[in-house]
Amino acid sequence: MLSGILLFNQKGENLIFRSFRTDCRPRLADVFRIQVISNAQVRSPILTLGSTTFSHVKHDNIYVVAVTKGNANAALVFEFLGRLVQLGRSYFGKFDEEAVKNNFVLVYELLDEILDFGYPQNTETDTLKMYITTEGVKSERAMEDSSKITMQATGALSWRRADIKYRKNEAFVDVIEDVNLLMSSSGTVLRADVAGQIVMRAYLSGTPECKFGLNDRLTLGEDNVLSEQRGNQKGTKATKAAAGSVSLEDCQFHQCVKLGKFEADRIISFIPPDGEFELMRYRATENVNLPFKVHAIVNEIGKTKVEYSIAIRANYGPKLFATNVVVRIPVPLNTAKISERTSQGKAKYEPEGNNIVWKIPRFTGQSEYVLSAEAELSSMTNQKAWSRPPLSLSFSLLMFTSSGLLVRYLKVFEKSNYSSVKWVRYMTRAGNYEIRYV
Amino acid sequence: MFFPAYALYANPRLPYLQSQQGKVAELRLELNNGGKKDKNHSAKKIALKKIVANMTMSNNDMVTLFEDIVECMKIPSLEIKKMCFLYLVNYARIKSDVALRALPIILHDMEDSNPLIRALALRTISYIHVPQFIQATVPPLKHLLKDSDPYVRKTAAFCVAKVYDHDRQLVESSDLIDRLNAMLRDENPTVVSSALASLMDIWERSESIKLTIDYASASKIVQILPDCSEWGQTYILEAMMNYVPQDTTEAALLAERISPRLSHTNSAVVLTCIRVILYLINYISDQKVIASLCTKLSPPLVTLLSKGPEIQYLALRNALLILQRRPEVLRNDIRVFFCKYNDPIYVKVTKLELIFMLATEKNIKEVLTELREYATEIDVDFVRKSVRAIGKLAIKIEPAARLCINTLLELVATKVSYIVQEATVVIRNIFRKYPNQYESIISTLCENLDSLDEPEAKAAMIWVIGQYADRIDNSDVLLDDFLYTFKDEPHEVQLALLTATVKLFIQRPTKGQQLVPKVLKWATEETDNPDLRDRGYMYWRLLSSDPNTAKTVVMGERPAITAESEKLDPATLEEMCLVVGTLATVYLKPVQQVFRSARPRRLVDSPALQKHTLPTAQAIAEARKLQQRQDMLPLHPSENTKINGSQGDLASAADAADLYFAGVGSAGMASMQLDDLDGRSTGTPTQGFARSNPYVVTQNQPQQVYEHSSSSRNGDLLEL
Repeated sequence: MLSGILLFNQKGENLIFRSFRTDCRPRLADVFRIQVISNAQVRSPILTLGSTTFSHVKHDNIYVVAVTKGNANAALVFEFLGRLVQLGRSYFGKFDEEAVKNNFVLVYELLDEILDFGYPQNTETDTLKMYITTEGVKSERAMEDSSKITMQATGALSWRRADIKYRKNEAFVDVIEDVNLLMSSSGTVLRADVAGQIVMRAYLSGTPECKFGLNDRLTLGEDNVLSEQRGNQKGTKATKAAAGSVSLEDCQFHQCVKLGKFEADRIISFIPPDGEFELMRYRATENVNLPFKVHAIVNEIGKTKVEYSIAIRANYGPKLFATNVVVRIPVPLNTAKISERTSQGKAKYEPEGNNIVWKIPRFTGQSEYVLSAEAELSSMTNQKAWSRPPLSLSFSLLMFTSSGLLVRYLKVFEKSNYSSVKWVRYMTRAGNYEIRYV
Repeated sequence: MFFPAYALYANPRLPYLQSQQGKVAELRLELNNGGKKDKNHSAKKIALKKIVANMTMSNNDMVTLFEDIVECMKIPSLEIKKMCFLYLVNYARIKSDVALRALPIILHDMEDSNPLIRALALRTISYIHVPQFIQATVPPLKHLLKDSDPYVRKTAAFCVAKVYDHDRQLVESSDLIDRLNAMLRDENPTVVSSALASLMDIWERSESIKLTIDYASASKIVQILPDCSEWGQTYILEAMMNYVPQDTTEAALLAERISPRLSHTNSAVVLTCIRVILYLINYISDQKVIASLCTKLSPPLVTLLSKGPEIQYLALRNALLILQRRPEVLRNDIRVFFCKYNDPIYVKVTKLELIFMLATEKNIKEVLTELREYATEIDVDFVRKSVRAIGKLAIKIEPAARLCINTLLELVATKVSYIVQEATVVIRNIFRKYPNQYESIISTLCENLDSLDEPEAKAAMIWVIGQYADRIDNSDVLLDDFLYTFKDEPHEVQLALLTATVKLFIQRPTKGQQLVPKVLKWATEETDNPDLRDRGYMYWRLLSSDPNTAKTVVMGERPAITAESEKLDPATLEEMCLVVGTLATVYLKPVQQVFRSARPRRLVDSPALQKHTLPTAQAIAEARKLQQRQDMLPLHPSENTKINGSQGDLASAADAADLYFAGVGSAGMASMQLDDLDGRSTGTPTQGFARSNPYVVTQNQPQQVYEHSSSSRNGDLLEL
């Protein structure tokens, strides 16, 4: 497992060096600095020299590095580094050079707690915050307190404290979908899929058992059987979509969800952590509703002029509206001047990114807006390579899911039988919403 | 205090830490300040914080404060203790004599009533690589392994592995491992998974310790999976690899029971679970069960692609692996592997390899459009690989060859130097695969001769000129142009030139007669390279003794090539599938080749092992079948070449005659003679070579020839 954790700033200064095994020597910090930080040719997050491997992620302005010996479980290493960053953010708000420098002791303390001999231990923020805090340990805790902590840290419910009380019991569910689109220059959809996440904020007392239902049960439960039996997958899926259920390609759940139960009865059942957490992630590729349709025409007139005509149409109902719609239209590197007109919103040429940025703050459903622009190119003696990035869109759209997913129910059972209020919100955002054009 | 000599040695890298010694003195003062007035020790805490902050950044200057820190340890405050212990772990090795004074304090803390302090003390003492500390750990450790608090017990479980790391004999001569074993029956799941992880860690580094898990224990640990933390689940799943199913239904049952873990959000759990399921499938006989397990593996693998780029990379590398072992797992839409514009380069390159492997006659149009897109990106290496992939697809998917070649020609028309060179190399291979079909494009290639400056591309072009010397009108002029710089070329190009000149001479003696003597003279008299000289002499001898034989040898029929070389060899594949999700899968190389000290993994035999389905077994069966066929059939030239072709890819090698000279060993020679004695050898000597020793050709030769080009790109499959 891990031999050590190292943090560096961008200059290559070693901010944190914590070794968990004797084979992680201080000079390894210099090796990483020379081989990775000051090496512009790095093309992989993993570097193996001899039997030592450096695995790193870059977060904000720091390098978070794990040192391992031998054939370590790389998935575990990166998953852990990700968790460390997450922990840092939840403790300090931001996990950057400044946060680390202001909290040396806490970072070391956390590392000592979440790794033992290089093996990740309990990394649940909620539990850790019971005994590792930014204010230092508040007074000296009594014996019983400590054993409560230790039970919590090793128990089956390691993510939840036992004594949570709320006057008003509430649960908020956010269904957030990132819709990814890759469209060719001829307008065919090369790939369209939805990466969804369901984030829950639970403010519930005691030890609540939650059951959660979506409109996808048919698919998840019976689809495999059906398609195997009839060999008519397409037909059944279409009928299901018409009946208002969606097919999810795959789901992944938070540690608290009872996976065995899900596998057996397709019921999402769990005891939630307190506060905000990501309940599940899912992926959908069937019947993806694309919120925006983009039509781009590019005409190169001679060597010094390019004309753009971009039309964008909202495909969702007229009562909905998307906010913060931003269209980025890449232009050649030798663009000298841009003149543009829009039927809605504002467009501006941003030379530093070689983009025309078209912003539409509010985009009502079923409407269509147009941008026409003309780029004047300066003549260049040597052609610099231009990678022709795709046109890209970002937006967020409330009360709409591209996959058609809906929350059917959320039931809370607790032994004191309190009533609780549940709220659901839907949002669709642009993931990689890209349209290739020449 | 004043340290004149040291003041000059302030670390130049960290300007704000200048005057280190002054700082140390100041901190010491701060630490001891306050005295009795400092009731909550808040002054001490602040000073300690500063010291910890300076530990890493100031190059060990803080070590001089050791004695003061030991004093602080006596203060009964968890916060202060934590900082002091941290300091101790950092510096104990440098000043073990002072550190020893802290030993009684830690030992005392291991008996504290607070479980957090007991665990902290135990954790700390076992980090310190000083013999006295390690020896002192053992007695309280035995006792803490049975502590009433699970948190202390799990810390103690890991502690055994730690002590083992410091001093094997100490652990082996005690009963610690037995005690650790007993903890597998603990009531707390976290303790069980920690004990397992600890045992696995010890096993990994020990020859003498065996770790076997029978069905009953396997079943038990699988049962507690849901109650473990995500990391605990990973440790348990890793331990499952040490369970050897004796019965095929047991294997199926366990695979079924762990499969819900595939929906976990932690990718370590998911990938390790995939590893275990792939492993257990080797012991399952029921094809239906295997099929249903395989369908379960696919969605989670693709879902990992929505994680961070590093995890994506890992998932993709493993997909490459799984694809070869269980192609049914990845029957997905190929489009999930199309590159996003912002993907990091390492993700893009691996996606490209997957696209190549998943391309079929059905999706080839879509794939080519995509690859054509990649070929206009700016990352040179990625562009080259895309071009190479197009060329290899022409070889892999016969009906699509024309389409691929058209795409290549479009790319050549861009005149971008590295695209043209890459295309030249792959077109050479296309000629080899489809002789007499696409030679019409030679003229297009000849238009771009001037832009070739890389040895590989040059050698490829020279090969084309030599091979088709009779069809290219001005082949002698073209060759002469290349020969102009003969002495400055790398050996690879020189070898190609030598062979091409001989070929020209054989096909068009009048045009070649001026060039041949010149080149042979250079090759034999004016070179330091033994290969070049040997080959030169051989050609010389050959040409001067019997022109007809020379013709059959030099222009002999070449074995066809295939695109199979991307595949891992069976033994490696088998091993890699046992380490899914580890670092070795990123490199896709045998574990011991990457990590020499790592323990090799092998499938353990058992009555349930489905031996006939293993890649190695299949390869042996295949080879045997071939052998039989060859033994039965009277050898006929075309028949023989076909067989040889199916054995592997000769793409990167030069022509068959070159190979013969470069690679034939004494075994090959011996078998040649045998053939003659049998009177069966009717064709060229290459047959004898190919027949007797096919593996030499397929596995070693191309790598030797092109080692220089592959060494820089570790583990990429798309290599010719």
